[in-house]
Amino acid sequence: MMNPLIPLFVAVPLAGAFLTMILSRFITAIPRYMALAVLLFLTFISFWSLITGGDGSSVYTLGGWEPVEGVPIGLYLIHDGFSALLLCLISLVGLMSVTYSVSYMARYTSENYFYSLFCLMIAGMNGVVLSGDIFNIYVFLELSAISSYALVAFGVEKNELEATLKYQVLGVVASLMILFAIGFIYWSARTLNIADIRTVFSAGYDNSYYLLIQILLLTGFGLKAAMIPFHAWLPDAHSSAPSPISAMLSGVLIKAVGIYVIIRLFFNMFEVTEGMSIVITTLGALSMVVGVFLAIGQWDIKRLLAYHSISQMGYVVMSVGIGMILMARGIRSEVAALAITGGIFHMLNHAAFKGLLFLNAGAIEYSVGTRDLREMGGLAKGMPVTSATSLAASLSISGIPPFNGFFSKLIIIVAAVMGRFYFLALLAVVVSIITLASFMKFQRYAFHNVEPGKIRNDIKEVPAPMLLSMITLAVICLLLSLLALPGLRETVLSPATDILMDQFKYSSQITGM
Amino acid sequence: MTVYWLCFILFLVGLYGVITRRNLIKIAISLSIMEFSCFLFLALIGYTEGGVAPIVDTADPVKTYVDPLPQAMVLTAIVIGLATTAMLMAVIIRIYRKYGTFDIREIKNLRG
Repeated sequence: MMNPLIPLFVAVPLAGAFLTMILSRFITAIPRYMALAVLLFLTFISFWSLITGGDGSSVYTLGGWEPVEGVPIGLYLIHDGFSALLLCLISLVGLMSVTYSVSYMARYTSENYFYSLFCLMIAGMNGVVLSGDIFNIYVFLELSAISSYALVAFGVEKNELEATLKYQVLGVVASLMILFAIGFIYWSARTLNIADIRTVFSAGYDNSYYLLIQILLLTGFGLKAAMIPFHAWLPDAHSSAPSPISAMLSGVLIKAVGIYVIIRLFFNMFEVTEGMSIVITTLGALSMVVGVFLAIGQWDIKRLLAYHSISQMGYVVMSVGIGMILMARGIRSEVAALAITGGIFHMLNHAAFKGLLFLNAGAIEYSVGTRDLREMGGLAKGMPVTSATSLAASLSISGIPPFNGFFSKLIIIVAAVMGRFYFLALLAVVVSIITLASFMKFQRYAFHNVEPGKIRNDIKEVPAPMLLSMITLAVICLLLSLLALPGLRETVLSPATDILMDQFKYSSQITGM
Repeated sequence: MTVYWLCFILFLVGLYGVITRRNLIKIAISLSIMEFSCFLFLALIGYTEGGVAPIVDTADPVKTYVDPLPQAMVLTAIVIGLATTAMLMAVIIRIYRKYGTFDIREIKNLRG
């Protein structure tokens, strides 16, 4: 089955970005409505594709270049179970961020540039997620990366510029490592299509460059995803950006251009080998533990949240890594499926609650004018909605039952125990407890903890568009926990796990063999 | 094979520069060196000894052609490289206006 909407995921935000710039010369109010319309449309078609797509996947050949004798020669956009979830995530968090920006960005100048870059970033991420061609992934990756460099620096003050410089230098090094790896892949496989590379590599290929390619790609995308030895840019960049952009960067960008591509390449392009899967699991476990210890001493809200992003991404990578180890050993495939499902589920949940937490932090900054926890206190009275939604998000990230974070962490820990990785399961529990402690501190210092004589009555709640997006994300945090129910889990999460677990499903849809 | 090694050494020279230089402009130049080593590598992959431009000659179709795909990739990558370099330079100029220096040791507002 072919889904005719696939090219629109890239074309509509690109067109939106250019039209925004042109039309804003004539009508000043147009950029925000244009961005809202683009994101609403994307949300609609991404959910429509998720619902109608079902178990199968659909392939769109750009320019109609059909494969010749099973060898793909054109560019492909592939919409399958895994990319469908990511597309919904990007559109939904993007829509909430744009709604929030309508009020939040009003105090910045040149809003038209902001919305234009925002649409470009969305186009880049959608392209990365849909692309079935490794060089095309690189091109879209750079599209989203360059627009995010500009968006991090949007305030053009000292801190923003320093953060964006670090982000850019490390981002360019990462991109060049990826480009170098693509060169090696083309040298040895003479093809760039992910499915075709898989076929070439598995059919009696001399793997002298195999390890080099894998390590270059893991380093490059690890830098983009801020896994722990490569994390130096993340806390600066994510805390200096305007809050809706922080929500996008932490909530979606590091997943779409980092974790998603690592998972896609190491499952669908390379054979799953035990050595590489142990490396990935170790990176994940390291990120999980070190990230949370770096987070606990922070007093700047957004830096604290940024370090927690590293830690939570560690959960995702560790869980997927456990699945990879079990797959490589060829044992207990149902536990491997459970671990991968848990990882993907946690990725979805993290987008919802981390996006919400960054929007809360932005709301506090908007009303109080500071990001330092020590200068706040007693905000719960003046800002009841922000307080309530951030409580929901905090409970969610620390894994308290009715919220989504609990179910995904439970699945990850259960999978680790069933796969006999007792130490990793213990680490996951301990990190979850430290996360809870860290968010107790956030809640206490920001919203409660009123010191006598320091009660602030001048604090007002933020404008309605910001409240609307925060409340919607809080509701999504609750609704996502429904995905843990048996019926829904099979229809939404299982197609994603199947496409990763099945050796031939991904490549057969391209080459037709 | 020697050219590939030289290309890899150029990549490492760029990486060394990014790690050790303290002047922002020199870091940007080092990144450009890394970038161009990648372009050179891609261009070398497509080269075939004694190959001609890949335009099929109907009179004599069995010639040795160079691979055109890496050339298309290099063109795309050069455009992307231009965008990143321009963006980096713009940020460096802004930093010079705010901090009054190109020295990376003096730009340390953010830590922790």
